[in-house]
Amino acid sequence: MNTNQQRGFFFNVDWIMVFIYLALCTIGWLNIHSAAFDEKHPYFMDTATNYGKQFLYIMVGILVGIIILLLETRFFSTLAPVFYGITMLLLMAVLVVGRNVGGNQAWISLGGGFRLQPSEFAKFSTCLLLARYLSGTNVRVAETKSFLIAASIIVFPMFLIMLQPDAGSTLVFSTLLFVLYREGVSPYFLILEGLFITLFVLTLKLNNLTFIVGGLILLAALIILLFRRNRKLIRVIMLGLAICVAFVFSVKFIYTSILKPHQKVRIDIVLGITKDIKGKGYNVNQSKIAIGSGKMWGRGYMQGTQTKYSFVPEQSTDFIFCTVGEEWGFAGSIVVLGLYLFLVLRIIRIAERQRSPFSRIYAYGVASVIFFHVIINIGMTIGVVPSIGIPLPLISYGGSSLLSFTIMIFVLIKLDSNRMGMIYA
Amino acid sequence: MNKFFERRYVIAGIFITLIFILLARLFYIQIIDDRYLLYAQDNVLRRVYTNPARGPITDRNKKALVQNEPFYDIWVTPKEVKPFDTLEFCRLLSITKDDFNKQFTKAVKYSRNLASIFEKQLSPQVYAAFQERLSEFPGFYSEVRYLRTYPDSVAAQFLGFIGEVTDNDIKRSGKYYRAGDYIGVTGVEKSYEDALRGQHGVQNLMVDSRGRQKGSYANGAYDTAAVAGERLISSLDIRIQKLGEQLMKNKVGSIVAIEPSTGEILCYVSSPTYNPNLMVGRQRGNNAAELYKSPYKPFFIRPIQAYYPPGSSFKPLSALIALQEGIITPQTSYYCPGYYWAGNHKIKCFHNEAHGNVNLTSAVAASCNGYFSMVFEKLMNYYGVKNTATTFTNWRNNVTKFGLGSRLGLDMPSEGKGNVPTTAHYDKIYHPGGWRSSTVISLAIGQGELLATPLQLANIECTIANHGFYYKPHLIKAIGEKEIIKPEYRVKNYVGIDSLYFEPLIDGMQAVVERGTAVLSKIPGVVMCGKTGTAQNNHGEDHSVFVAFAPRENPKIAIAVIVENSGEGAHWAAPIASFIVEKYLKDSITTRESGITPEQFINANRLPDLGNYSIKGKVKPTPKDTLKKLKTDSSNKKARINTPVKRNKKATPVKLVAALLERKDDEH
Repeated sequence: MNTNQQRGFFFNVDWIMVFIYLALCTIGWLNIHSAAFDEKHPYFMDTATNYGKQFLYIMVGILVGIIILLLETRFFSTLAPVFYGITMLLLMAVLVVGRNVGGNQAWISLGGGFRLQPSEFAKFSTCLLLARYLSGTNVRVAETKSFLIAASIIVFPMFLIMLQPDAGSTLVFSTLLFVLYREGVSPYFLILEGLFITLFVLTLKLNNLTFIVGGLILLAALIILLFRRNRKLIRVIMLGLAICVAFVFSVKFIYTSILKPHQKVRIDIVLGITKDIKGKGYNVNQSKIAIGSGKMWGRGYMQGTQTKYSFVPEQSTDFIFCTVGEEWGFAGSIVVLGLYLFLVLRIIRIAERQRSPFSRIYAYGVASVIFFHVIINIGMTIGVVPSIGIPLPLISYGGSSLLSFTIMIFVLIKLDSNRMGMIYA
Repeated sequence: MNKFFERRYVIAGIFITLIFILLARLFYIQIIDDRYLLYAQDNVLRRVYTNPARGPITDRNKKALVQNEPFYDIWVTPKEVKPFDTLEFCRLLSITKDDFNKQFTKAVKYSRNLASIFEKQLSPQVYAAFQERLSEFPGFYSEVRYLRTYPDSVAAQFLGFIGEVTDNDIKRSGKYYRAGDYIGVTGVEKSYEDALRGQHGVQNLMVDSRGRQKGSYANGAYDTAAVAGERLISSLDIRIQKLGEQLMKNKVGSIVAIEPSTGEILCYVSSPTYNPNLMVGRQRGNNAAELYKSPYKPFFIRPIQAYYPPGSSFKPLSALIALQEGIITPQTSYYCPGYYWAGNHKIKCFHNEAHGNVNLTSAVAASCNGYFSMVFEKLMNYYGVKNTATTFTNWRNNVTKFGLGSRLGLDMPSEGKGNVPTTAHYDKIYHPGGWRSSTVISLAIGQGELLATPLQLANIECTIANHGFYYKPHLIKAIGEKEIIKPEYRVKNYVGIDSLYFEPLIDGMQAVVERGTAVLSKIPGVVMCGKTGTAQNNHGEDHSVFVAFAPRENPKIAIAVIVENSGEGAHWAAPIASFIVEKYLKDSITTRESGITPEQFINANRLPDLGNYSIKGKVKPTPKDTLKKLKTDSSNKKARINTPVKRNKKATPVKLVAALLERKDDEH
């Protein structure tokens, strides 16, 4: 290791990451152009249109990326609490001064038609602070105290965003469980999360509590019978059983008493409990039609009728993948999903080559957030997860989202470029 | 690197798995499932159909019977409407403010972005005034639509009418029709629907999610233009059709005239009739309701649906069968004392007139009931009294060859069969073998259970005029620009009577007009051969019947006229027939020796008294002995239409012969 060699600004930059970043931004820009095409302003960079604005955001993004690369690495770990504090304040402010768009009070108006969405930036600052905390010398996340502190770093912004209420962005933070898992939290949490998702679906779909609880008890009894030598496991299983049963009942309770009707309907549609393709299910149905009509090679750039004649709502933002699926077909879907998979696997690879735990933990945070966005967004457009509005990273139209992901990725690139250097945190 | 290093594989594994699940799902909906492409096309494609013009119908001389005239529908797109002078608007369309508000609310309710119909079928006059001001009313626009009009308002029952398609029509047509299309409901509009309707034009348009038009699909590569329906040339002659309808004014009955050398129907009058223009346009519903209420049933198509006893007009046919069977010769003579004893009941000649010595020709001329009863008994007993049933069946076969008792296959819907009784019918009333020639003797003079439609009667005259065959009668002469004639109309249908037997009979029929019962109706310069009939029925006065053809050499027209409840054939039916024949042959009507003029008949009112005429559920089983009269005339048939035929037959097993015994059988 030679730490004395001459360093340029772009020394050790992971160009593959930069390439993926630019590729996704370009794909997004092209598809927004197709989705939001305005005959009066056909030019790609006309800022009267969404694609023109998106171009502007990409330019700003690249600029911000360059600035990040120019900064000192320690800047991010040192200022992590500050970033976190600012975003939390913004999240509180948005509840007071925010603009209400589509039922969510999530935007702060910046004037000139531009709006800031603090929840997008909260993802970045939470990852940063979590990395900062977990990389502390005496922190063992498997210990209860550390775990609780880490958990509260994650849960606090969730709580604030829930008040907007923006269910989609709230759920994004739950993905940080992957980070905790990687840093030593018991795998039971991951298993429990998987179990929760399964139980959630079963509870609502079967609508028969005795059956599910009976099944759970039977399953627990079977496991205990098989491993009756292992006393410790029995205790874990019994605890898990209790948690699961409690979960089932609370899902039932939340579903029937707490969820708002429109949220219920979204869940119902995904679970196939109701089919309402004229009303609440219209979006998802039209989105599926758009993607399904793409076949192998798609209908061609600017040729998708679902896109062109605005059958799919929110086409350039949450439902941008419809345009990809319709105009570029399954081939386009493979390319986009392939790029994302490559991106998250690349980030994991980068994470594991870091000497600094801070960089590693932060990288896992970024990977988890991107991954969660991709799965939920695309899953929503093809009707496998409830339609909760979160953007497709770097592709969806939107300055806050694009900037937030740009910052996340470029900070990672910056940290990575310094992997051979001093460990600050 | 720390001790949880391997967990990276778990996390990467989860990422890969979930992404592949998404890819698998995408593979399914994009590659495997073909429905979505269709759905996408359904979303965006709108087929706009243009209506073809329905084929026009002309008479045999290409004079229009039905035309298409433009009418104008006013459409409105609520979103494009800007404030305007509503009062003036209402005045131009002659609607009230309330109507306006009602229609406009309806349009808004349907859609703000899409056009909906505001006012239907404006006449060209109203539209002309409106159109000048149309630019003052943004959001409103007009669309032309062609409606049927009938310049001479004749032949309503022949032409029929069109109406909006029902769900069933749409289903049956295999998607040809769409809601709002018109389809022939009755008459030629129904039977020639396939030729008349033409083909829809299709425009493939692209629309957005709100249904707004966004240009044509594939630059109109799949668009087609509407193809107008075929023109039909009917066989009717509008001159005599008009005259016939005038002559039958205020009378109940029917005229059917056929060209014997082709089977083309020249005149097809059903009276009372109605103005076919009433069944078009905005008042159509009200008009139809009025017409349905009329006790004289103008929608009833008497030429093919009304059943009448042929009465004496059947005699020529009786004679022909006897000649063919060799029972009589033209010279066979019979002494008529004014009556005939069949078994133990007496059949009187008309007015008890004694005709003295008659042969075939003079018996026809004088309409001698005695002679024909004698012939019929001889025929029935030819193979012995025991074999009456067999002989009767044989006789029946001969009669049905003339087209009686079954449909002639006219190119019109709802043709009736008439009735020729079967042996089974009599076996049921009596017991098998329990009836004799004397029991069914009234058939000899065209009474009894024998029932025929005016079309069938006219067709028999064609057969006589042709000396033994007829062409299938039809109302549409030729189809389309190429004037295609169906091949089935060129086939001669032989009735099984040798042509040599016709001359003596025709001599008799000529004598009927020259010096016999119909002498009043003699046409100067035209040799007409005819036969009068006076058909008894249970609805008051007898029906006046006359059948004829003319001229004798190379006949041009065969005709049957029935005037219900008007007494002797000679008094009403025969003069009417003679006017029509003369008009057709000479295109003018000359002064008659007898002094009768068409005007006398046009102005005469022979509508039956409604007290007698009204038909209530009819046909309840009546005790045999009270059956004084045969239930036979058009109203009779009407009841059949109302009640299922089979049950009807069972319910009235017996209009019969016990009654016949009591009946005065004077016919002439």
